[in-house]
Amino acid sequence: MPLKYEKYLRVNKVPNMWCPGCGIGIILKAMLRSIETLEWDKNEIAMISGIGCTSRTPGYVDANTLHTTHGRALTFATGIKMARPDKHVVVISGDGDSSAIGGNHLIHSCRRNIDMTLIIVNNNIYGMTGGQFSPTTPIGSRAATAPWGSIDPPFDLGMLCKAAGATYVARGHVGAAAPLERLIRGGMKHKGFSVIEVMSNCHTQFGRRNRLSDPVQLIDHIAAKTINVREAAKLSPEELKEKIIVGLLHEEQREEYCDAYARVIAKASASIIN
Amino acid sequence: MTGHFEARFAAVGGQGILLAGDILAEAAINFENLYALDSPTYTAQVRGGPTKVDVIIDKSRILFPRTTAIDFMLCLAQRSWDKFGYDLKPGCILLIDPFLVQQVDEVNNKVYRMPIIEITKNEMKKMVYTSAVALGAMIGLTEALNVDSVLKALMKKAPKGTEEQNQKAFSVGYDAAKVLLKS
Amino acid sequence: MPNSTLKRRVKFWTGNETIAEAALVAGCRFFAGYPITPSSEIAHVLSQRLPMVGGKFLQMEDEIAAMGAIIGASLTGDKVMTATSGPGFSLKQENIGFAAMIEAPCVVVNVMRGGPSTGLPTALGQSDIMQARWGTHGDRPVIALVPAYLDEVYTETIRAFNLAEKYRTPVFILIDEVIGHLSERVDLPFDDEIEIINRTRPSVPPEDFKPFDTTWGDVPPMADYFSGYRFHMTGLNHDSGGFPTTDPALCQSENERLMRKVDANLYDIIRFEQTSIDDVEILVIAFGSSARAAAVAIADARSKGIKAGMFRPLTLWPFPEKEVRELAGRVKGIIVPEANLGQLFYEIDRLVAGKCPIKRINKVGGVPIYPGEILAQIEVF
Repeated sequence: MPLKYEKYLRVNKVPNMWCPGCGIGIILKAMLRSIETLEWDKNEIAMISGIGCTSRTPGYVDANTLHTTHGRALTFATGIKMARPDKHVVVISGDGDSSAIGGNHLIHSCRRNIDMTLIIVNNNIYGMTGGQFSPTTPIGSRAATAPWGSIDPPFDLGMLCKAAGATYVARGHVGAAAPLERLIRGGMKHKGFSVIEVMSNCHTQFGRRNRLSDPVQLIDHIAAKTINVREAAKLSPEELKEKIIVGLLHEEQREEYCDAYARVIAKASASIIN
Repeated sequence: MTGHFEARFAAVGGQGILLAGDILAEAAINFENLYALDSPTYTAQVRGGPTKVDVIIDKSRILFPRTTAIDFMLCLAQRSWDKFGYDLKPGCILLIDPFLVQQVDEVNNKVYRMPIIEITKNEMKKMVYTSAVALGAMIGLTEALNVDSVLKALMKKAPKGTEEQNQKAFSVGYDAAKVLLKS
Repeated sequence: MPNSTLKRRVKFWTGNETIAEAALVAGCRFFAGYPITPSSEIAHVLSQRLPMVGGKFLQMEDEIAAMGAIIGASLTGDKVMTATSGPGFSLKQENIGFAAMIEAPCVVVNVMRGGPSTGLPTALGQSDIMQARWGTHGDRPVIALVPAYLDEVYTETIRAFNLAEKYRTPVFILIDEVIGHLSERVDLPFDDEIEIINRTRPSVPPEDFKPFDTTWGDVPPMADYFSGYRFHMTGLNHDSGGFPTTDPALCQSENERLMRKVDANLYDIIRFEQTSIDDVEILVIAFGSSARAAAVAIADARSKGIKAGMFRPLTLWPFPEKEVRELAGRVKGIIVPEANLGQLFYEIDRLVAGKCPIKRINKVGGVPIYPGEILAQIEVF
């Protein structure tokens, strides 16, 4: 039976504030289906965001939700998770929020391997602030602050997070909701810091400036560039240029941060008894 | 002790003199029910440079947390004298190591010379006991606190297994001071 | 057995250690920080002590992250603290405003050093007091405590937690480097002299709960995350349910309520000490280590027959305006010594409004104001 999303939504808060056709809706639904499959109790979930279009997501979700400051969602989430390690912590962020102003928090959350799920909605642009180029805007693309085309080399967020120590790194896109749900669910299940980068469409700000102003057209454009990680393994770097590798990019087991801190508590407590 | 007493222990980083301030202050607080305060140089920034710790002891709550009229100063390096030889009360008891400190104000201070580093090296074999020797010397010269109080505080602070040696170091300094006073 | 026959427990702690120990007694179970001189010893002590009592210590990647982490932990119901110094205090300002906006109780310690910028990392300053008042953007209530003696640092740290919990707001403890780094005798209060206040939790069932419900007054009851009370919080202007609003009337009334939490409770929040005030002619107004110098200067002046006295705020913000206005009307003059270039002076000048002359002693450079410098000004007033 299909999920009645109302179960997890604050229905009196919809309709939402996103542009019609925005990819965030697809991502939110994939998240909620994952939560349903994992049978997480709403009372046990904290959902945290920073600033930007994605940051409005927690407001619609019937859980313990927090809309924080620009780039800092992971810091609040780290406090919440450390204080209550047995709870589920999910962070939703954008490309600018997570990797520009929040870049330091991103790499250090990866390094600590604290158990939470970070969903980065990567639409290659600052949407809410008016279409400025972000750390993932492709070179040559136009933006409100790159009217002559962006010259800034973009981040590969998956590579960045893997290198920084995230123990689950996946990339999906809004043109393929079912695989996206599997990747998100995998991240939520994974014990450790999980990053799911979701290539999404901002037809309003990115598309409009780059001849892709129709949402379906832009989603198709993204989908056409994707290649599964297994297929990608067979291709040369030259052939992979301009491609977006999707799928489970990295997974490993490493001691989780709250578990490590539990060891500190055990040691410190023992020192009192002795 | 009269109502108010100020001491300064000045050395260079690594001589381990800052501990003497804590021991003196804790002796005053815990074993003589006096008020005491110390403020050391912030050592993280002065590796190997001149360091000092100032101790103020008083019969009542200490108001101003800095020294203004020092009764006793120990100086283990010329550089430390050059940097910290101020705020001394006229007639301040100034104890210096003559091998390490050559020139001080001998007009306004009562200067005593004791080769503390040599004594520690010869009698204790380990330089970690410098502060205990110095404390002994200071108490020997000033009798600012009871010997028992300082020894108790020293025992409390001494790492396990070094209590006896620390006690010996204190006595070495104390006795040397008494010899100085007689001469 | 009555207290008078018991001996107080006496400690020999640094100012920073005193804050850490008092925080534990106040119920602090979560600390996040970032290394910075001269406040780091607070983190040193708590990294060791918090896990002993099942609490959490986090060294974050930067000052901003430390502020974010404690606010997150506060939402789960923990009593939380961070500690920093000037440059870190600057970095924390945005999230301090966020905590004020979502009304998350938290304690922020600033061990003040010389500034601006990196300034004098190992020497005192008292130049962050206006930053504490105005540092974050927007209007928000401010409580800042400025203890000067270490037994006071102990009790005021506990009070900082109590005020944070009671009024659901960040509370600052501002001490200067001299107070933070000196070691001093601390006479601890007896257990029954210590009051511990915890935030009010909701009495309504989850379905009726709103995070900013003012039915019971200006400070709404606060539910813990994961307690079955699911709610939303945002740094945007919000309605009583915690959801964003741009309704001008609601924004106005809610912003006013934030301020009223402090403004309507001055009697509870403001503390000060008055010395030799009955017949005072020359009044010194000072806090922190400057006040400790002033205490000596006033005693010396009195012994010379000069009618000097001191007004020493323990609560710097909200400032004891009423008391200072009243004193200004009956003294010959006021002296304001402070380790900055005239910040408290501006506040005093505003309150005195020409009723009497004001002299300022402003010293920066890392050396505290000495009693003699204040006495000299008292003598020539």
